[in-house]
This record gives sequence, C-alpha cells and structure tokens, in this order.
Amino acid sequence: MLEQWLTSDAAYIIIGLISSMLRMATPLGLAAFGAVYSERAGVVNLGLEGLMLVGAFFGVLGSFLTGNPWTGVVFSLIAGGVMALILAIFTLKFKANHVVSGVALNLLGQGITAVLLVAIWGNRGKSPDVAGIYPIYIPGLSDIPVIGEIFFRQSPFFYMMIAIMIISWFVFYRTKWGLRLRAIGENPAAVDSLGIQVFVYKYLAVVLGGMFAGLGGACLSLGELSMFSRNMVSGRGYIAVAATILGNWNPVGVVLASLLFGLTSAIEMNLQLYGWPTQFVQMLPYIVTILVLGGFVRKVSPPKAVGKHFDRSDTYV
Amino acid sequence: MRRVLNLACRLVLALFAAGLVLYFSGYSPLAAYKAMIWGAVSSWDGIAQTLVQATPLIFTGLAVALANNCGVFNIGAEGQLYLGAMAAAVLAAYLPPLPHLLHVIIALCGGALFGGLWALIAAWLKIKADANEVIITIMLNSIGTLLCAYLANYTFKAPGPVPQTPTIHSSAALSRLGQGAQFSSALFVGLFFVLVVWFLLYHTKLGYDLKVVGSNPRAAAAAGINVPQMIGLTLLLSGALAGLGGAGQILGLHGRYIDGFSPGYGFDGVAVAILGGNSPLGVLFSALLFGLMRAGGMILDRTTNVPVDFVIIIQAAIILFVSAPELLKTLKINWKKGGVKHARTVADK
Repeated sequence: MLEQWLTSDAAYIIIGLISSMLRMATPLGLAAFGAVYSERAGVVNLGLEGLMLVGAFFGVLGSFLTGNPWTGVVFSLIAGGVMALILAIFTLKFKANHVVSGVALNLLGQGITAVLLVAIWGNRGKSPDVAGIYPIYIPGLSDIPVIGEIFFRQSPFFYMMIAIMIISWFVFYRTKWGLRLRAIGENPAAVDSLGIQVFVYKYLAVVLGGMFAGLGGACLSLGELSMFSRNMVSGRGYIAVAATILGNWNPVGVVLASLLFGLTSAIEMNLQLYGWPTQFVQMLPYIVTILVLGGFVRKVSPPKAVGKHFDRSDTYV
Repeated sequence: MRRVLNLACRLVLALFAAGLVLYFSGYSPLAAYKAMIWGAVSSWDGIAQTLVQATPLIFTGLAVALANNCGVFNIGAEGQLYLGAMAAAVLAAYLPPLPHLLHVIIALCGGALFGGLWALIAAWLKIKADANEVIITIMLNSIGTLLCAYLANYTFKAPGPVPQTPTIHSSAALSRLGQGAQFSSALFVGLFFVLVVWFLLYHTKLGYDLKVVGSNPRAAAAAGINVPQMIGLTLLLSGALAGLGGAGQILGLHGRYIDGFSPGYGFDGVAVAILGGNSPLGVLFSALLFGLMRAGGMILDRTTNVPVDFVIIIQAAIILFVSAPELLKTLKINWKKGGVKHARTVADK
C-alpha cells in the first residue's frame, strides 16, 4: 500500500513540494536570525535585504578568488558583520533613527554590490559561475524513503540553519548571556544598573545578526545559483522581516514562519510551471504579517525597548 | 544659518564616504563627481534630465515629509506610487477621450485617491490595533507592487509580450515641454503641491494641529485634537501625494503603466525628506539635488565605466550622515567651542 503510494504522481509532487519548501525557507530563516539577534538587543534591523545582498556578493567573490566555496562563506559572514557594524555604529553611537538606517543599509547593499560587480567582473548583470555549495546526501539517513529524501539530501545551509536555531534557542533561554540580551531589549536601563555593559551586548548582537543575514545571502548565491546576479535577493529580506514578526522574535518561531513562507514560494514555483498567476501567492507572507500585526491572528510581542535610543547619561539624571 | 552649515558639513562627509567606496572599487572619485556634476549642468539635455529625475522625487519626498511632520513614518510611498500610477493609467486609457484638462484632472485625482486609500490601510491598522506603521507600510509596498504586477500582466494587459497597459489617450497626457525634452508639466504639478503642502503646514490650523500631534501626541490629545483622526488624515494625504507622483510618471513620461517602472522612487522619498529637513521647500531643494545626481549618474554611466548605481551609494551615505544627530559631536566638528553642549543644556531647560 505505502510502496504503491510512494511511486504515485501525488507522492512525487508532495515530496518535491516539501523538499523545495525547506530549500526556499533556508535563506529566509538565516536572514531572520539576523533580525532576531539585533532586535532582541533593541536595534531594529530593516536592512536585511542589504545585508543579504552583500553576503551573497562576497560569498561569490570569496569562492571566485580562492576556488573554495567555503572561503566564500567566510567572506559572506565578514561582509554581513561589517555591514551590520555600520548599522550598529550609526544607531548606537550616532543615535540615528533605526528605521531610516535600515533603509540606508538596503540602498547601500544594492549600490555597493552593483558597483563592485562592474568593478571586478566588468559585467552589469551577473558574476561568472564559481564553485558553489551543493546538497549533501547524509550517508545512511538519506536512503530512508520519503524522510531521507526530504530532510537528508538538503544543502549544508539548511543544516546550518537548524544548528543555529537550536544553539540560539539554548543561548537565549538557557544561558546568562541570552537572558541579559533579552532583558536589554526590554529594559536596557535596568540591565545597565546591574553593571552590565549594555552597549557591548548590543554591538555584539547586531554584528552577529548581520553575519547570519550575510550567510542567508550566501545561501542564495553559493547554495542555489553558484553565481551572483544583480539584486538577486529580490525582496527576500522583507519576507525575512515578516518571518521575524510572525515567529515572535523566537529562533524556533522564525524558522517555523520561514518554513510557511518557504511553502508559499514552493507553491509559487509550481504555479509558474503551469503558467498560472503567481502574484497572489507571493503576497501571502506580507498579508499574513499584516493580519498578525492587526491582531487578527495571534498576538506577538516585540521587545519593548526596540528602536529606542539608550543613553547612560539619561538614566542617572 | 548654522543649520545650513551643519547640513552642508554632513553632505560633504557623505559625498566623501561614498567617494571612498568608489576609490576602493578602483575608480577615481574626483573624476566621477566632476563628470556627474558637469554632465548634469553643462547642457540643456542634462538640465532637462535633472528635472525629469527630480519630478517623482518631489512627490514622494513631500509624501514622506508630510507624514514625518505628524510623527508618522510612511515608508510605503513606493506601494502608494504604484497604486496611483495604475489607477491613473487605467483612467487615462479606458475612459473615452474627454476634454484635455478634464481628463488629466480625473486621472490625477484617481491616482491620488488610490495612493491615499492604500496608505489609509496602514492608518486604520495603526489606530485600530496600534500596529507599527513602518512594518505595515513596508508590507503594503510588496503587496501593492505585486497587485499592480498582476493587473499589468492580466487584467489590463495591452496585447504584446511586455506586461504593460494600453497607451493612454492623448487627452489625458501631461504635455511635454520643449522639443525632444522628456520632462513634462508633471514637474509643475509637483511645484504646485510643494506650495500646497507649505501652505497647509505653515498657514492653516490643520497644519498646526498636525505638527502638534507630531511633536507631542499626548499634549495634542489634551488640547482637544483628535489624534487618530489626524493620523488617518495625514496618511491619506501622504499616500495621495505619492499616488500623484506615480500618476505624473504615467501621464507625463511613460504614457502607459509599465510593470516595474519605478526604480525605488518611494524609498528615495525617504532620503529626499530627510535631507530636506521634512519641510516642503527643503524637499524641493533635495529632490533637485538627487535629480541632478541621477541625471549626472546616467551620464557617468554612459561616458565612463562607473555604473549609475554609484548614485544609490551616495544616497545611502546621505541618509546615514544626515539622520545621525550625534555624528558631528562625536567627530568633534563644532562651529563654536562647546556649541553643541551649550545648545543641549538650553534645550534641556
């Protein structure tokens, strides 16, 4: 009975759909970690689109220069971290508006990658093909019917997302560091009064988040296409923002939300094959987010001090 | 005067920072800036192109600036612009040819209406559920863009391979000015609305109340201003301005709705409003400056190997450097010794 079903067309389509759902969810989940870390520490990060773009670009550049795609991954981590450091410096040191700085970060990512694309490869559209990172078949497990096909033949980025999710959950909810980080997002003055270096935590969280978002970009360029093409992130940064909200700033929640949005992308790809309109399916992540924020679906609670400037001198006056 | 000096200083820093990026990409920043500015101002063509590029930015800049005056961050001008453009394109192409001015006004009003209604969704959610308007308008950007993409691909698609609507009737076209020049009377519509918003903000009770809500919503409520109503009205007007900008592009420049016609005018509006200090005249000035950089950037793109995207980097740098209040203090740039500190103590009192 089961074996008969497994060879049917329906099984083929469903397994394909779930498998591509995981694939499409991975860059979203990685980038959403970027916002989770940053916003848990009180810094709004709307610059995910820009962070992903530089991650995608420098990932390909690293692979191009060394021939090793994993060097590319390191490049993308550094690039995401440096870009996020700009956000951190401007919002934390220069007290710039968080939202405005995020908009600037997106523009910066778009501009820098487009200029460097021409400067390095003399091409306005895309980079040459480089060594990419391909799905790995986990020995033994990948032979399990259905489950093996879905879960154990995925890109290494997928496994990284799961690992980061587990570690982040543990750090956030089971360590002193995570407790402090979450407290800073809720009430930085209280944490500061305990003698904890609030700004050190904030900088670290924003930069670490930027590295994850950069990794999400590398997942798109190195993991999917093995090259960079202009504006290749094409709005996924905003879907990741949506996933952060729907996932209620919780590492496990954002992965589940990313999976949901990965499913809409997977459905969209199938619709495209049959030549049906995809626009309404593409709207779903944004509509879900609006419904959530409008209080129609479930209650989410962003960190209370997110987007607010913290100044030690204000606390003790 | 000091405000202008302060702004100029930030502008120079931003241009310097963007130049650094160019330098490290292996180009000569000085040569690039020279080619840009000279290209944009040295010929009638360059000047006309500057005005063409500045026109939509005047509208989106005004939209963002007006909302900012009320303390509402409308980051959704992009979506509102798309909705307004689509509405204008449909009215201009599907209504029977009408008397010229009438048709133009109907199409513009349609654009304003749909842009405004799109923004009103955010206002409604903000008032009803205290939803953050920043996130809502960002999400509405994506939804609006996709909705218009659907309409251009299916419902109102003109025959042919390109996703676009049919050509508008000539009775609805905003006339082009000058021979060969691309810039249209949409520019004058924009200038008119600079005056309208200026008058509204500085010479009406409504504008005064709007600014009171922006600077202190609690005090405004205590003074008897209906704050939710004011926020709704502001977003409606803000969206209408962005929608008008989209309509202007269709009626004046493209002559039809083309899928993905905006390279991000809505987000540029954020930069324009910030550089313009959220005042209508400031917006006009900064829209012209951005228009000049765009026009110059296009010439740069044609004549050198620096891509036009360099302008986006300048824009990002300007946003960052202009919107960071403590930048100059930290960098120890001060007009008078202890000036900033002094100003702060005065402000605190």
